[in-house]
Amino acid sequence: MIKLEPRGQHSKLMAWLSPVLAGVLTLVSGAILFGLLGQDPLVALHTLLVKPISDTYGLAELCVKAAPILLCAIGLAVVYRAKVWNIGAEGQLLMGGLVGSACALALIDIEAAWVLPAVLLAGMAGGLLWAALAAWLKTAFNANEILTTIMLNYIALNLLIWSVHGPLKDPDGYNFPESAMFSDSAILPTLIDGTRIHLGMVFALFAVVVVWVLLSRSFLGFQIKVLGLDASAARLAGFREKRLVWISLLISGALAGLAGVGEVAGPIGQLVPSISPGYGYAAIIVAFLGRLHPVGILLATLLMALIYMGGEMAQIDLGLPVALTGLFQGMLLFYLLACDVLINFRIRIPALSAGKAVPATAPVNQETAL
Amino acid sequence: MADTQAVPPAPPRLTLRGITKVYPGCVANDGIDLTIAPAEIHALLGENGAGKSTLMKVIYGLVKPDRGELLWDGLPIEVRDPAHARKLGIGMVFQHFSLFDTLTITENIALALGDDAGDLPTLAARISEVSKKYGMELNPEREVHTLSVGERQRVEIVRCLVQPIKLLILDEPTSVLTPQEVETLFVTLRQLAAEGCSILFISHKLNEVRALCHRATILRAGRVSGACIPAEEDASSLARMMVGDDTPISTDYPKVLGEEPFLQVRGLSRISEDPFGVDLQQVSFDVNAGEIVGIAGVAGNGQEELLAALSGEDQIENHDAIHFPSGPVGHLCPRQRRSEGLAFVPEERLGRGAVPDMSLRENALLTGFLTGLVRRGMVSHGKVRAFAEQIIERYKVKTPDSEAHAASLSGGNLQKFIIGREIMQGPKLLIAAHPTWGVDIGAATAIHKALIELRDQGAAILVVSEDIDELFQISDRIGAICHGRLSPLKPTPQTSINEVGRWMAGDFPQADAAA
Amino acid sequence: MDIDLLSNILYAMVRTGTPLLLVALGELVCEKSGVLNLGQEGMLLMGAVIGFVVALLSGSVFLGFLLAIAAGVLMSLLFGVIALGLNANQVATGLALTIFGTGLSAFIGSEFVGKPIQGLEPIALPLLSDIPLLGRMLFHQDLIVYLSFALFAAVFWFFRSSRPGLVVKAVGENPHAANAIGLPVMRTRYLAVMFGGAMAGLAGGYLSLAYTPLWVENMSAGRGWIALALVVFASWKVERVLLGAWLFGLASILHLVFQGLGFGVSPNLMATLPYAATIVVLVLLSRNQVRARLLAPMSLGKPFHAQS
Repeated sequence: MIKLEPRGQHSKLMAWLSPVLAGVLTLVSGAILFGLLGQDPLVALHTLLVKPISDTYGLAELCVKAAPILLCAIGLAVVYRAKVWNIGAEGQLLMGGLVGSACALALIDIEAAWVLPAVLLAGMAGGLLWAALAAWLKTAFNANEILTTIMLNYIALNLLIWSVHGPLKDPDGYNFPESAMFSDSAILPTLIDGTRIHLGMVFALFAVVVVWVLLSRSFLGFQIKVLGLDASAARLAGFREKRLVWISLLISGALAGLAGVGEVAGPIGQLVPSISPGYGYAAIIVAFLGRLHPVGILLATLLMALIYMGGEMAQIDLGLPVALTGLFQGMLLFYLLACDVLINFRIRIPALSAGKAVPATAPVNQETAL
Repeated sequence: MADTQAVPPAPPRLTLRGITKVYPGCVANDGIDLTIAPAEIHALLGENGAGKSTLMKVIYGLVKPDRGELLWDGLPIEVRDPAHARKLGIGMVFQHFSLFDTLTITENIALALGDDAGDLPTLAARISEVSKKYGMELNPEREVHTLSVGERQRVEIVRCLVQPIKLLILDEPTSVLTPQEVETLFVTLRQLAAEGCSILFISHKLNEVRALCHRATILRAGRVSGACIPAEEDASSLARMMVGDDTPISTDYPKVLGEEPFLQVRGLSRISEDPFGVDLQQVSFDVNAGEIVGIAGVAGNGQEELLAALSGEDQIENHDAIHFPSGPVGHLCPRQRRSEGLAFVPEERLGRGAVPDMSLRENALLTGFLTGLVRRGMVSHGKVRAFAEQIIERYKVKTPDSEAHAASLSGGNLQKFIIGREIMQGPKLLIAAHPTWGVDIGAATAIHKALIELRDQGAAILVVSEDIDELFQISDRIGAICHGRLSPLKPTPQTSINEVGRWMAGDFPQADAAA
Repeated sequence: MDIDLLSNILYAMVRTGTPLLLVALGELVCEKSGVLNLGQEGMLLMGAVIGFVVALLSGSVFLGFLLAIAAGVLMSLLFGVIALGLNANQVATGLALTIFGTGLSAFIGSEFVGKPIQGLEPIALPLLSDIPLLGRMLFHQDLIVYLSFALFAAVFWFFRSSRPGLVVKAVGENPHAANAIGLPVMRTRYLAVMFGGAMAGLAGGYLSLAYTPLWVENMSAGRGWIALALVVFASWKVERVLLGAWLFGLASILHLVFQGLGFGVSPNLMATLPYAATIVVLVLLSRNQVRARLLAPMSLGKPFHAQS
């Protein structure tokens, strides 16, 4: 029998080791899976994780994929700190893309420097609005934000599909469900010639720094953390709960919206039905994997972007289904949750350590550190 | 009323030999020996954390001891689980009741009895019969959430009595009762003992043990530190056995009366939003600068609601109902009331007074943010650390450093930290809820001294507590709350535990506006 | 509106509501024991893909359903081990289950997308199915719909008058008290979670073997989530789950009704209806915070770790 024994105080070391351990376990499971599918595990892992980034173009593509994930995840770090379970980054991203596209298409004939900022702001507003809906439903009606944000995701997706079939459809597009290509003044400039890496990555890195300062130095960030860890302590101290819920959701929504508009005004250049291969959901995993810490999230984002590229590469090179990406994402999150038990508990096998007293400290707190 | 009859020389009902239980970081029980004879009322005395709870969980099969043996009617036995304990005839009344609010009394008891419960109507009849026999009338059809705390305890006791019982364990049973209810409980327990049932009575209240128990075993830090016949000891010799020689036992404090009212509550009424809550009805009282006012009461009589109204967590429609010298504050949020000089020590230390998973440093900032620790929205981490370290030093909080998490501190140490944090902000009014529950005597004394010191500096202090002895010790004026109504306040020297006990049961004239 | 159309609408309403009913009944039992499993969508998808693949390869729809249920149970055990055994956060674990199930089902099913299969046929009960209006709705359905009626009755009876039902409620209300009086908290919770998995697996099989006999990636389209909202809508009362499932069934087929009535509304906009209805329902039911808190099982979502 294996027993879990409370540590008393949770282990900082384990909090950071756990994601690494989860990554290793995912790789091992992946290798076994490849073996079962008749592939050489080492070749397959190489195709998945090394080959996609073995040249400059690959590295640039990694950044292209990383930018939207990073923006969504860094916003989620803020709401999840407040224990507001915004599962709606995907919908907020789609709305950002939709509203940003509407703006870009409305300004399609204008060539001016202010067009791009206007498009980006419109995108952020789209995401912010979608998150504001969830915030309103939660603060005014106490509606569970997990369910409302999920529902808003499905609604956003259907609205997006509706608009590319209807109002935003390219009139000269042979009835394809796509918008017209944006004008050049609504397109994010690329950073390196010959690649698709664009200004969005700079925005994402800037957001990382801002959120880092917010969470570690500002009193607002402190209040958000207290609300998440212990809402009744926050209430007694006089922190305004609803205001904090609003602020954190709006930050997260605006960043997801920016991610969405960054896609349509960046690598895609028009509105299409599939602007996101689930970046908003991947960002949830990234936020947990990065321990809701900006630096951790940055690292986890790169890994997640790599898994996306690896999935595509595995499809091309090995003929494996592209759904491999989703499978790896799921495994990663599961292993992470399982390994996180080591933060608050140590594993003890009574048969091996009978009678040995283990030094530690007093009571237990069982909430996992998310 | 002390019953000092000799213990009958029968084979012991229960014998414990060398019971040892180790938890990570502490030895809860270290080689404990104990015998209980049939028909004996045996006290298990000890401070919080002495190992009483662990020991009784061992007897009840909830905890497996690491070493030691247990003899039942002279035969070695291993109690596998609570169901097995019940089969043997062991019953237990928990301190934090193990009842389910949304179920009826019958359903609750049926759950515990398992397959022996039989059909519900028969069981209900048996419950009525047993509860009548022992003077604890209950209606088996009522849902538990409609019961008072005292009635819930009756359910716990009756649950043990509907089956043949040989040993009844009661964990701090009197902490939720009025002094008069305690008397009634003792009558029942003596009746049970007279019928041959052994009783293990766990307590830290010395007078009760002296009044009720035939023999006592005293635990300190997980070991047996003494055994005695309580009726032959006095309270202070018992206390010495509990705390050892080096801990100061609390002293008497001079009583004073303040003159300048700081907090004025006038006709405070509030309908509770929680259907299980208590409505406040026309509560009026003053707390003067330079005095401690104590409010006694059995849990669940409106204390939470009163405290929430005073802290600002609940805001009051009638702004005038709560007055500070600066004006009405009923509509102000906790933060605004803090800037008017309020400090607040809540009942729940972990998870309200302090955030369990934050360091002491961060917990210092939790309520200390109005004292210059935040500038332009940014936290001055250096100042926060200095503030936390000051609290730790001045109030002798035992912790490795200010980075230790609140959850890693013992109850007493954390409470010293929280009270220190509030006092160091120089409050003009301190409200403390149950400031010493669950803390060891050393910490309780330190907390009392800190409160008295603050009073002598001229602050108004309100203490709400279920511990009537504590209130008599530190309060300058005292009253009691019952069903959301507050008794008149009297200077402590002019009243008695008996009178306050009657107030706790609601026996006082309708609220007059006096204070 | 003529009676045939109405009869058809009622028939489709029950059919569409059936997977919701199954998942919501499973989740209700799970939540009553104090466990919040947000992985319904993942379990549903796994049930759907396994059921479909097995039925396609073996030619037996029955075997398909059986293994769909098994897949649901296996998935729920994965949740159980991590959320109950390892004390992980239930919200995060449930999300992980959904993400994992979505990915794994897409992976398994990638070769089977769009392949045809002979699905479950409706069975008309003699005489009863001829009752005007209600006959088609209640007595001309397939086996799983009838089974869902039976399961509904069983769960209703379970909580109304069985001792295990009482134990589940007690464990969900106060696991510490339940442990103190010797009730098997962990075993009860595992069983409740597994029941939830079995129901979600069955519902998944229903989607891919009866409702629309084919496999498409993500074919559950949020039904697992809607079922979770349904439990809130039902205020954790069994009888209301049935009502809610059928109401949501109706919301999902409103576009058919509109077409029948001759209104032309974009199908994509109509597709948002069940989701919007879910939000409206959540708002109506959660508005009163105190009431909402009282209705939910008191320990819902909180981990329990007994010291021994």
